[in-house]
Amino acid sequence: MKARVILKAAIKSILKSRMRSLLTALGIIIGVAAVVVMVAIGDGAQLTVEEQIASLGSNLIIITPGTSSTGGVRGGMGTFNRFTLDDVEKIKNEATLIKGVSPLVRSGGQIIGGTGNWFTQIQGVSEDYLEIRSWGLQSGEFFTERDITAKAKVCVLGSEVVENLFPDEDPIGQQVRIRNVPFKVIGVLKSKGQTAVGESNDDIILAPSKTVLDRLSGGRFISSIQVSAASSDKNSAAQAELKSIMRESHRLEEGEDDDFTIKDQSDIAEAATETSRVLTYLLASVAGVSLIVGGIGIMNIMLVSVTERTREIGIRLSVGARASDILVQFLTEAVVLSLSGGIIGVLFSILVTYLINNYTDQVAYIKPQIVAIAFIFAGAIGIFFGFYPAKKAAALNPIDALRYE
Amino acid sequence: MNKEIIRTVELSKIYKVGEIEVPALKSVNLTINESEFVAIMGASGSGKSTLMNLLGCLDEPTDGEYFLDGVNTSKLIKNEYASIRNQKIGFVFQGFNLLSRTTALENVELPLMYDRSERIKDHHKRAIEALERVGLTDRMHHIPSQLSGGQQQRVAIARALVNNPSIILADEPTGNLDSVTSVEVFCLFQQLNAEGITIVMVTHERDFAMFAKRIIEMRDGKKVKDMMIKESMNAQHELERILNESIVYED
Repeated sequence: MKARVILKAAIKSILKSRMRSLLTALGIIIGVAAVVVMVAIGDGAQLTVEEQIASLGSNLIIITPGTSSTGGVRGGMGTFNRFTLDDVEKIKNEATLIKGVSPLVRSGGQIIGGTGNWFTQIQGVSEDYLEIRSWGLQSGEFFTERDITAKAKVCVLGSEVVENLFPDEDPIGQQVRIRNVPFKVIGVLKSKGQTAVGESNDDIILAPSKTVLDRLSGGRFISSIQVSAASSDKNSAAQAELKSIMRESHRLEEGEDDDFTIKDQSDIAEAATETSRVLTYLLASVAGVSLIVGGIGIMNIMLVSVTERTREIGIRLSVGARASDILVQFLTEAVVLSLSGGIIGVLFSILVTYLINNYTDQVAYIKPQIVAIAFIFAGAIGIFFGFYPAKKAAALNPIDALRYE
Repeated sequence: MNKEIIRTVELSKIYKVGEIEVPALKSVNLTINESEFVAIMGASGSGKSTLMNLLGCLDEPTDGEYFLDGVNTSKLIKNEYASIRNQKIGFVFQGFNLLSRTTALENVELPLMYDRSERIKDHHKRAIEALERVGLTDRMHHIPSQLSGGQQQRVAIARALVNNPSIILADEPTGNLDSVTSVEVFCLFQQLNAEGITIVMVTHERDFAMFAKRIIEMRDGKKVKDMMIKESMNAQHELERILNESIVYED
């Protein structure tokens, strides 16, 4: 028998009992759609995480004070703080592979202004800071180099601070008092959401570094130095450069340990990507189970079908069909059924993804190879679960099959 | 002398029901030549249906040999058996055995689908010709449930004819039909036989057996009588007689 004839017969037989065929294929339709949609959601989440990490400033390099070592006794991280604005100045003047550098002076306290008061952290930074972190302004402006040199009492508020202090009015031009020092609000940051470690990036006030050092934190030491590399591929070169500048700045002898630590975001990025990848695997395996259940559904219906069509098989055998003809017929029916279920499932998943992307906050992204895998898997399930019923049908003796009532 | 189509040598069949062996057919020797029209008669359990199934290669004998059109079928493997069924035998069943939800034409085409010799090129044309021979051209796109019993049996006969078999085997072909329709079917058989087609049928009604040219009687798995009918009944005349009677009756 020619392949075309077999295929035609299989399709005809499937169409003869539409309702049963549809119900059989439904298992595969749902299974394939579930796999594709779940993986699409997982991939979408991964994409979002990657974008978010990129927006953290993928070129961000943070230099933090390292451990101190006094007489062989080593303290913990940051036990001995020797970072000053001189270090920042030296980096700014000597480093060639960087786009910007900013000190980070941490302070905190009760802010009074607008409708009430609020406790938050104040970061003293340079004019490069927004660019280093790839943050944006929602309104107003950022302070300039002149504001820093002049130790101007100006500040930029995070959106959460604005919500708490100025819920109904424009904060620009207003005055807030940070630990009783009056600051003029000149800008508001765009909402950023959480950091990778879960603290809010919006509950923050930025002010010129020198102002914060002088008026709020006191002393001359800064918490860390934030640098952005010229580009992401120059990241490690920039780190090496920074290392030598810092060693020089701190007058470390050869063989002496670094008293600082240089870190970039790649480990955070890796962890986050890994998390979403695990999520994708989890979702895909749950959906895969439903695909297998769909396959068992096909086997079930095909087995019932073999019993129900015993007479048909008998008739076919009596007019000269071989056992292999019957085997091929039933196997083809199972495969056609599961493949068409696969096609409908893929179309359905495209529809669902479209709805997800347009009507929810979630991002779903269908990779072409996932569609191919789901499709091949559906066909394989048709062969695997269709084989046993087909074998059973082919093994029938013509006279027994004909007598079957 | 006509060509020999069927020859059985000590053909036996024993069914096993659990531990018990039930002999259904005991050493039957039988020869049927080309263009014969044979009726096999017997009570139920006489072995006539078993003999029919063996002749139709639907079942395998326990013992003995069966030559069909010169081929020793006992030496064949399963797939060759299927080919024999496909090319040399046209089987007509009591229960018609048509594929439901499949048109008459497609039912008739079915044996051609399994014909590996591909001696017939145009399946469609061939199936229409077969339906013409049984006088059903106007109903060929109907499915069995839209056809009367007699029409269904004609479709089944067309299906038996379509592969140009050496022999047509009919197992109680009119068992499910009323008497007028039965006689119509025998008309068709006589007509086909007149065209030279060999027919072997099983029936348990002596009246119907008289339409054949030869009667073989079976009892307890053995052939007990084998006789030629000097003057067989003409089904066409019989049909006219019945129809006239019923008209009279209606008046």
